[in-house]
Amino acid sequence: MNLKSIRNAAVPGIAALALLMSACGASNEDGGSDNGGSESGLSGNLKGGGSTAQEKAQEAWKTAFQGKNSGLTIDYALLGSTDGRGQFVSKALSFAGTDSYFKDEELEAAKERCGGAIVEVPAYISSIAVAFNVPDVDTLNLDAATIAQIFDGKITNWNDKAIADQNPDATLPDLKIAPVHRADDSGTTKNFTDYLAKAAPDAWPYEPADPFPVSGGLSAEGTSGVVKQIGDTEGAIGYADASQTGDLNHVNVKVGEEYVAPSPEGAAKTVAVSPVVEGRDDSDVAVDVDRTTTEAGAYPVILLSYLVACETYEDQAEADNVKGYFEFIVSDEGQAEAADFAGSAKLAPETASKVQEIVAGISAK
Amino acid sequence: MTTLEEVQTRVHVPLVQPRLPRQAPGIVGVIAIAFGGLLLVLGTGLVGSVIIGAIAFLVVLPVWSLVIEGRRGATDRLMTGLIWTSFGIAVVPLVSLIWRVISKGAGRIDGTFLSYSFFKTQIDQPVGVYHAIIGTLLITLGAAIISVPVGVMAAIYLVEYGKGNKLAKAITFLVDVMTGIPSIVAGLFAFALFTLIFGPAYVSGIGGSVALSLLMIPIVVRATEEMLMLVPDDLREAAYALGTPKWKTIVRIVLPTALGGILTGVTLAISRVIGETAPLLLIAGATDRTNMNLFDGAMTTLPVLIYGQNLRGDAPAEAIAWGAAFILIVIVMVLNLAARIIGKIFAPKKG
Amino acid sequence: MTAPTAEVEDASANWAKARAGVGDKIFAGTALAAGCVILAALAGVFIFLAIKGASGFTKPAEVYGPHAESFLGYVVPLLIGTFTASIIALIIAVPLAFGIALVISHYAPRWVAAPVAYVIDLLAAVPSVVYGLWGAFFLAKQLVPMHVWLHENLGPIPLVGNLFGEPNPAGRSVLTAGIVLAIMILPIITAITREVFSRTPRLHEEAALALGATRWEMVRMTVFPYARSGMVSAVMLGLGRALGETMAVTMVLSVGFDLSWNIIATSSPTSIAANIALKYKERSADLLNVLVATGLVLFLMTFLVNFIARWIVGRSERRMAR
Repeated sequence: MNLKSIRNAAVPGIAALALLMSACGASNEDGGSDNGGSESGLSGNLKGGGSTAQEKAQEAWKTAFQGKNSGLTIDYALLGSTDGRGQFVSKALSFAGTDSYFKDEELEAAKERCGGAIVEVPAYISSIAVAFNVPDVDTLNLDAATIAQIFDGKITNWNDKAIADQNPDATLPDLKIAPVHRADDSGTTKNFTDYLAKAAPDAWPYEPADPFPVSGGLSAEGTSGVVKQIGDTEGAIGYADASQTGDLNHVNVKVGEEYVAPSPEGAAKTVAVSPVVEGRDDSDVAVDVDRTTTEAGAYPVILLSYLVACETYEDQAEADNVKGYFEFIVSDEGQAEAADFAGSAKLAPETASKVQEIVAGISAK
Repeated sequence: MTTLEEVQTRVHVPLVQPRLPRQAPGIVGVIAIAFGGLLLVLGTGLVGSVIIGAIAFLVVLPVWSLVIEGRRGATDRLMTGLIWTSFGIAVVPLVSLIWRVISKGAGRIDGTFLSYSFFKTQIDQPVGVYHAIIGTLLITLGAAIISVPVGVMAAIYLVEYGKGNKLAKAITFLVDVMTGIPSIVAGLFAFALFTLIFGPAYVSGIGGSVALSLLMIPIVVRATEEMLMLVPDDLREAAYALGTPKWKTIVRIVLPTALGGILTGVTLAISRVIGETAPLLLIAGATDRTNMNLFDGAMTTLPVLIYGQNLRGDAPAEAIAWGAAFILIVIVMVLNLAARIIGKIFAPKKG
Repeated sequence: MTAPTAEVEDASANWAKARAGVGDKIFAGTALAAGCVILAALAGVFIFLAIKGASGFTKPAEVYGPHAESFLGYVVPLLIGTFTASIIALIIAVPLAFGIALVISHYAPRWVAAPVAYVIDLLAAVPSVVYGLWGAFFLAKQLVPMHVWLHENLGPIPLVGNLFGEPNPAGRSVLTAGIVLAIMILPIITAITREVFSRTPRLHEEAALALGATRWEMVRMTVFPYARSGMVSAVMLGLGRALGETMAVTMVLSVGFDLSWNIIATSSPTSIAANIALKYKERSADLLNVLVATGLVLFLMTFLVNFIARWIVGRSERRMAR
């Protein structure tokens, strides 16, 4: 009897379910069917992924570009840089975002995937701030060696002479330093430790890498975790994307003879003065960030993230989509969107024009 | 001890042991609270005062009882005190957690939040978690579709066919072991399985379903097994006596009788896996849009969305995370209620 | 339920028998197959983790990162971290869970017990991420004074003092992770023990009370022996959860790789599961193999722990039957 009543209910139930499923899209996702016929609109689905540092910038770009092309959807999967490059090479993705450029040994496979040159352009620049939470101290000047010793656990108190010497005006308390680093592997850590290794090789004996090399000190997951941890702990100092640090104070880092605060302009300037890696295709703008620059106003503790695509694609639509999206990202408008939403630095004009030219060359076979 | 003394004590044993007045715990409780309050006024921290007050209660009542009621009574008082204290200690964080989710999450819920996805065409467009709700429901449904038949049939084998043979013993044992599989291992298994078959870039909802079903199956088997064993043998024997084949007896007599209990077990299993994050992070990925296809492409679920929003860390993202957590709890609450109602409806009629 | 009887009456005896024979075979076969699917699934977990993770055991040193040169050096601190946090969690959670279960099943009046039981069922479904949020950004801060207190008061004691060395300035120690884990596994242990406690035969309980036992003596003499196997299962399930819990540890614990006895240290080895979640975000193909290999180790560990527990339960049950 019970079973029968289930059976009787099943048929209309399934019918109702099917009806429901057909009208089941989210209310904000019906754009495509409404005005899909807009003249210049691209269409289809563009798959990309990689760097997690680009998450917010990609959200800004994606949103704006989808707004311009109502038939187009863009997926940016947060895979991490290495896996992003790997999946791009395995053709699972049409483009990738990566915090470090293709290594020479990977380049072969990437070129094979593209059947020609790859397009690799800087697209997202952000300053990494060294943020601190010390009561009654608002400004702090530190050189690379001191920062390195703090994070290496060699300098353990805020009233240490090395800090006091650089900050004669500050009243430094007798307080233990709690260095905070990322618990997860990240491009931010790699760039920060790269800075320490290049700018203070004597004080920082470790190789730059995604995992933080020193055991000890506080750690927290993600930029948000680090920022919250610094805010919660008196005496804490840590590194995080400058645009995400809220009202924490930033260390002025010694560049040349001056102490420079993190700023988008300073970050863009560092990229502009950094040398491009030699011996690569014209479309491959891999930059070795010059951490020891003495250029006035440049801020060398930055994260530089790239966009990677092929110069030529088999498929016309894929080429059009990638090209359109990349052109938008490196355009003044795209860079401004990311600067507004994600707090990144806009590309310096000379970098931007060079990159725009390269991206315009993406085509189908 | 001499015999005489023994006789004497025996003679003097009263029929009723002396007992503390009924209000005793209340009196000691008031004293302990007053003591704690005094400490609080004197400057001990809140937590310290509460702890000292509780310890005072746990010491004074048993000691009083020891004097009047003797050792056994004192032990009973002490254990009762300890059990209620442990209850208090445990309930405080649990209730604080639920309260935090409700107070922070309920305010974020509105029509847009429930019907929009993360897909945006303007930067300041409102977003919702519709895609994650759908993802959670589909992936969990997939897991249920895989694990309910397997679990129920396996339980039928254990109870009706395998009784005590070696294979059944092995299965019972492994089901027990399976309940202890860490969820991340289930996720890694699905990840390894699907990436080995479909290539390293594979993500899909069904992978998540497979991982979750691995966690669900043992719970379903255990629940069904218990319920089948509760079905009285008289029913089975009556059916056999009428010439009904065994399989028909099971399908028509045993299963319907146990249906209520099985359904409750299945819902409990579902509510245990619906909040899983780690396995889905590995194999189901995340996306901005609603994905209705279990077999292709990334699928966001509520727990994964909460995790991602927390990592972003800005205020709107945090609000979304709490809102999503609230929805998840509501879903589980509705499921639990539904299970109870269905259990009542299908409960075998008595008399 | 008269339907089966009616059908059987309709059918001619022979035909029914023949059909029944086939039906029975099919049905029994399906049931057997379902049982075997479970065996296959467990074997599959092992096989696929082994295939994917095999190469993870012997990667070049740089894959294992800055703190280890070989797989063993990589996984041993993680194993120790896993077990430390889980054991702390069990020590805290088990007595509390038994306490709650007893309150619900034997001590509290029904109007308290029923809603509490419902809330605890709900809590089993709160995603671990939420526990993590709560633990990392709320609980840890509240526990900082406790860390200082433990260090100052228990630190100087020999031996035990080793556990309470230099305290974590943010409270995000293994101890805190263990406490969060304890709160997470409370609902599941409670749910199961409550079930078995409430299934104690009424007659046993009443007999004990009638003989003049106090309530606690009744619980000790009738409820606990009857529920022993269920209690062990519940604890094991809790341990399994704690060993494999990912997100809460990921978010709460401040990670390092130095081994020490200090459970309130600034940084401690994380757990295998949490490590997988932390490393997965910036994965390379090589690192993935290593992570799957650590997952295999975790699987074998939980398998072993469960195996031993079942064996103990089985033995004590056999002894009781004698």
